Formats: sequence, C-alpha cells, structure tokens
Amino acid sequence: MTTLSLHLLSTPVAQGQPHDGADVPAEPGVLRLPNDADLHAVEVQQVQRIELNFPKFTDGRAFSQAWLLRRRHGFSGDIRACGDVRVDQLQQMARSGFSSAVLANAQDLALGRQLLGHFHGFYQGDAVHGQPHFGSVQSPAVHSPPPSTPQP
Amino acid sequence: MNGPSPLHRMYAYTDFDRQFVRDRAAQYRDQLTRHLAGQLSDDAFRPLRLQNGWYVQRYAPMLRVAVPYGEVSSAQLRVLARIAREFDQPAAELLAQAQHQQDAIGAAPRLVAGTAHFTTRQNVQFNWIPLARSAEVMDLLASVDMHGIQTSGNCIRNITSDERAGIAADEVADPRPFAEIMRQWSSLHPEFAFLPRKFKIAITGASEDRAATAWHDVGLHLLRNAQGDLGFRVLAGGGMGRTPIIASVLREFLPWDQILNYLEAVVRVYNLWGRRDNLYKARIKILIKAEGQRYIDEVEAEYQRIVDQDGAPHTITPAELERVSQSFQPPAKPVHSPVDHKMQRILEVAAHDDTEFTRWLQQNVAAHREPHLRIVTLSFKRLGQAPGDATADQLDAAAQLADAFSYGELRVSHDQNLVLPWVPCDQLPDLWRQARKLGLARPHTRLLTDMIACPGGDYCALANARSLPIAAAITERYQDLDELFDLGEIDLHISGCINSCGHHHSGHIGILGVDKDGQEWYQITLGGSDGSVLSGLPQPGKVVGPSFSAHEVVDVIEAVLDTYRDVRQPGETFADALKRVGHEPFKRAAHASRSPAAPLTHTEHSPA
Repeated sequence: MTTLSLHLLSTPVAQGQPHDGADVPAEPGVLRLPNDADLHAVEVQQVQRIELNFPKFTDGRAFSQAWLLRRRHGFSGDIRACGDVRVDQLQQMARSGFSSAVLANAQDLALGRQLLGHFHGFYQGDAVHGQPHFGSVQSPAVHSPPPSTPQP
Repeated sequence: MNGPSPLHRMYAYTDFDRQFVRDRAAQYRDQLTRHLAGQLSDDAFRPLRLQNGWYVQRYAPMLRVAVPYGEVSSAQLRVLARIAREFDQPAAELLAQAQHQQDAIGAAPRLVAGTAHFTTRQNVQFNWIPLARSAEVMDLLASVDMHGIQTSGNCIRNITSDERAGIAADEVADPRPFAEIMRQWSSLHPEFAFLPRKFKIAITGASEDRAATAWHDVGLHLLRNAQGDLGFRVLAGGGMGRTPIIASVLREFLPWDQILNYLEAVVRVYNLWGRRDNLYKARIKILIKAEGQRYIDEVEAEYQRIVDQDGAPHTITPAELERVSQSFQPPAKPVHSPVDHKMQRILEVAAHDDTEFTRWLQQNVAAHREPHLRIVTLSFKRLGQAPGDATADQLDAAAQLADAFSYGELRVSHDQNLVLPWVPCDQLPDLWRQARKLGLARPHTRLLTDMIACPGGDYCALANARSLPIAAAITERYQDLDELFDLGEIDLHISGCINSCGHHHSGHIGILGVDKDGQEWYQITLGGSDGSVLSGLPQPGKVVGPSFSAHEVVDVIEAVLDTYRDVRQPGETFADALKRVGHEPFKRAAHASRSPAAPLTHTEHSPA
C-alpha cells in the first residue's frame, strides 16, 4: 500500500460551524486563503499554517491551491483542509499537498486514517510523489497474459 | 496465435493496472457498504458512486461501464453479456410498475431488461441492476480489466476516439497509445476529481474526424508538422447542451510528449477559474467563451511554469510510449495474401449474385490500413430494438463473430454500433451470412435509419420526452432499403433533453425532446454537423420553428426528406442540398405537414 499521511482533527465543538475562511480571525502565523485567492501574489515567508476551504466537498478548487502551494511555492509548513471535509476525500487531500484536515460533523477519525491507505499505487505524480508511475518504475512493467486472441 | 510469443491487439493490463482496478472495486464496495448501513448519506455517496458509473435513474440505478476509446475484447463482451443476463434484471413488480407508468404517457415500445446499451461516448450502459448488487458487478468487471471509473461525475471522463483508431487508411498516427496514457494519467487524478463540471476528451489520428472532436471539452488531433515531428493540434471549449459551442484551437502544434503537461495546465486553470455558481455555466466552453484569449494566455503561462518550475514531470518518455504501443499489435500478415485476382473475382461474383451483399459491402464494410483486411460494422439499429441496444444473447453472438472473424476484438462506435476491426477480406461472405442470421447485417450504416438516440424518457431521469418511440416510428416508416439508399447518407440524431446525449445539435436532422405543460414535444433542427467530410465544418443545426407533437414528428421528417428529393441535384447529399438551397423550403414543408388534428398549442380552440 502507498503510505499517505494526514493529521486529522475534529471540528472544535465550541466553534460550531467550520469556518469559511473569512468570518473568524486567523491566529498569528496562520494564513486563511479564500478559494479565489491569487496564489502568484501570496507571501508565505512568516506563515506556519495555510488554511484552505471547502465550501462544499464537491468544490475542488482547494485541491489545486494546495498542490500549487506545496509544489510550486515549496511551502513546507502545515496546509490544512477546512470546511466540508469528509473522510472519503482525505486520500485526495493528502495527495494534493494537505498535511492536516479538520473533519466536519463528528466523523470517525479511525475510519479516516484507514481510508488513507486504500490503494497500492497511483498513475500520476502528485504532491507526495512528483513523478508519475511510468517515470518511477525501474524495470519495464510486466504485461499480464493477453485476453484470448483466437485466429480467424 | 502465430508463434509462441503472445501478441496483443489491445492494451494489455500490467499487474499494476490490474491491482489498481481491484483496489477501486474494493474501495467502492466499502463505500456502498457504509452507504447501505446508513453511515454514508445519499449526498456524500452520490459523487462517489457517480465516479464509478452508478446513477440512480427514473426507475432503477443505471451503470455506465467504461470502454476506453471504444476497444473491447470478446472476453470482455462475454462478461458484459453475463451482466445483462444475470444482473440487469429488475424485480417483476418494479418492471410492471415502471411499465404501467410509461403506458400512462402514451403508446411506445415496451421497457426491456437483460440488455446492454451502446452510448455515443463508446461506453456500455445497463438500466436495471439493483444497487445492492453493484459491488459484485464491479468485481466481475475488474476480473476482465474493466471498470466504471470516471464514466460520470465532474471529472475527466472516459476518453473517446475514432472507431477506426489504429486501422484507418487515412491515419497519421495511432491515437490509442496516447488515449491509454491519458486514461492512466486522468484516472483518480487527486487534483481533478471535483471540477466545476464534467470534462470530455476526444482524440483522433486520422484526417477524417470520426470522433466529433470539435464538440468536446478538449479535442486532440495527431498530426505532423513541417519538420515531420509528431504532435497534437489542441482544441478546447466545445460542447452541446443548452449552449452549443464549437471548440477553439488552443495550440496548432504541441509536441506529443508534452500532452499530459499541457492538459494539466488546461484543466488546472479550468478548475480554478470555472464557474461554480450555475450548473449550466460551469462547462469549460462557457469559461473560454467568456475569457477568450485571457484563458488561453493563462494556460500557456501555467504550462510554461509546469515546464520551467516543476520540471515537466509528466513528459511522456519514449520508453513509456514504446511500452504502451507494444500492446497494440496488428495480427500477423498471412503468408499467402488473399488479395489476388482470384479473390477479387469471388467477391465480385458473390456481389453480383446478391444485391443485399453488395449493399452490405458498400455501407458496412470499409477499407483498412492493411490491404488484406476490412473494417466491418455490425448494425445495432433495427426494428423492435432501441438504437444501440443489445441483449445478452446478441452480445455473446457478437463475441463469437469477433473470435471467428476479427481476432477477438471489437470497437463500440460513437454512433452506437459494434465494429469488427480485423476482418480478412476473404472471409467477408461467411461473416455476412452469419451476421445476417443474427440480424446484425442490415446494410444501412450512415443511412437515415442508422440513427443516434439516447435512452430518453423511458429510462433517464433527466429526459423531458421519450426518444425511443420516435426512433421506432422513423425506423418503421423507413424500412425500404431502396428508399434508404436513394436518400443517401444522413445523420439523424435524437436527444430526449437538452443535455444532448443523443447529439441532436450535430445531426443533419436533429430531434430534441421538450416538455411543455407535462406533454412531450419535439424541436427539430436542420444542418448540424459533427465535423466529418460528409457533414462539413462542425456547427449546430438551426431550429425549424415551434416544436411538434409526438405524433407529428415522423410526418415532419418525411416532409423534410421529400423536400430534399425535390430540390436535390444529381448525386447531391442531404447536407449539401440544404447548404445550397437554404433552410426555407424545408421549413415550409415541415410546417405544412403539421397534422390538423394535432393542437399547435394547448389553446387549440383559437381561430385558424
């Protein structure tokens, strides 16, 4: 199995709603970026953590944002997934460059950790492994027997 | 097989590929189990099942199985037959209740189960599999290297291609290795699983566009530049739906090894910039229409950053292209070529003996890159069955034909037929006889009754009207082969709603189902084109006027076709005649054929 890691947190009960990136002031060293932020202009020198938002779990902009921050900007601090974060998207988050995620609505942390390890490998390069599968295979891949190919 | 070393016709899965599909089936089983146990809500499960091809339709779940770039083996087809036979079986009460509801709409062909359906995107669908058995089906598919990955959802969908990829006489290069490499790259791409909307890629390597590339989110044409280097012309922003748009050229020439890096830029900018506030404005076509050159500039800049800053990690290596290409081996050439004078004479004599065989050779058999082989279309358009429908027995029979005549390989065509890609020309008479017995040799490929139709309001939850009764009525009226040959090649496309799965926008004659006050009405368009040589530059058809009632549609089609016969010049096709004389005579004939008994609107008492 591929080893993916993501630090999982539960939604703080006191906070009630997961933040949408604007309503609650960020702590020092924390940068909250909205989904339409211009990442070319972002300054990450003094930042320990960047929080990216999923307004709905089907809104995938933060995946691209995390990838750009991790790979393009080389940001080495924490990139945290906030908002509508669900266990079935954690694997995608880990592969896109997130290092922590705040699970919405009291989901099962243990299940979340378990789902991170569901695949033996992936085809394309990602924020964890920059090279695609074809670029990282040392010897030529072994082809399995072909489907039956009768002679007319 | 010739010799001890196994030869492949299709992409041969590696152990890695096989493990990946099994992992996916296991992941789906876990998700389904949690859903059925009430631990995963409908809302959370929906995109997960969709990205495995599972819809919930009008009466039952629908499964869409991916047939990557349309290639399928006889072994895979037999598993699809088994799925039709054993799994596409609703409970008797459900089928009876569904039939009762359909009967209330009006007379129509009966609902069918135990059947597979070929789609315009070269996939295969089933209409009745209970969701509780869906994980079992995914395991069965995985056992023959098949899956439903990304056949739905707002992600990069199954990639389509020319049904003659790798065998076409007019091909610059075989698109299948590139289609396979792109399939792998796009499968479970972590960044691109929740795009603003679905994303469809079509690729061709031929001069004739048989893949409707200009109608896709991304259309790719393999070509050689002035220096003889292989690369792609890259188009983007085409699409049907409410706002039909023809794709724009992003790049006239992109070196072949850069295609994944470039697609990454195209899709990333779309993911970040595409609209998410309005479902109907979320496709890339709307973004490119709105942003124009600004979008193209940003894609080029992002591509440059991928190359300069990221090190272009997805540059396709010659070794990888070679590895994948090795899968696509043509059959060994026969020692004695049957293409000699004797064989030609046998075929000619057989042709003279039987006009139906002659017609079949003319319409259903096409030239091959290899002179001793032919490309044969098995027609799945016939009376009594919906366009593109195949029963379990028919799928098994087609697999048998593929084993006997086409080295065990078939293609699902964009116009909902099966194609045998490797038929030795001396075996055409035998194939014809067997296919005819099975009812798969109707010699009407590309003629009027070789129509495209979506499942429509008989099965689909999105449809505004039914497609299949219209398709059946037109098929019934145009049974005479002499008449069909006289009318010549015509693209008739029928969609049951504006989502345009039946590609009505690109039909020479398009029929679109619309709902007015709970009644089924049909809008008719003329002059659409998929971009083929026959049809001309790709463009959407123009609406002839207010929509027609269901029982008027066949008369309107007949009036339009009669007008064509009146105005045409010798040898002129329907599409060309329409271009020359314009739409007016056709419109007049269409309106004149409205039946007086039919209400023009629901206020039918208004004075004439």
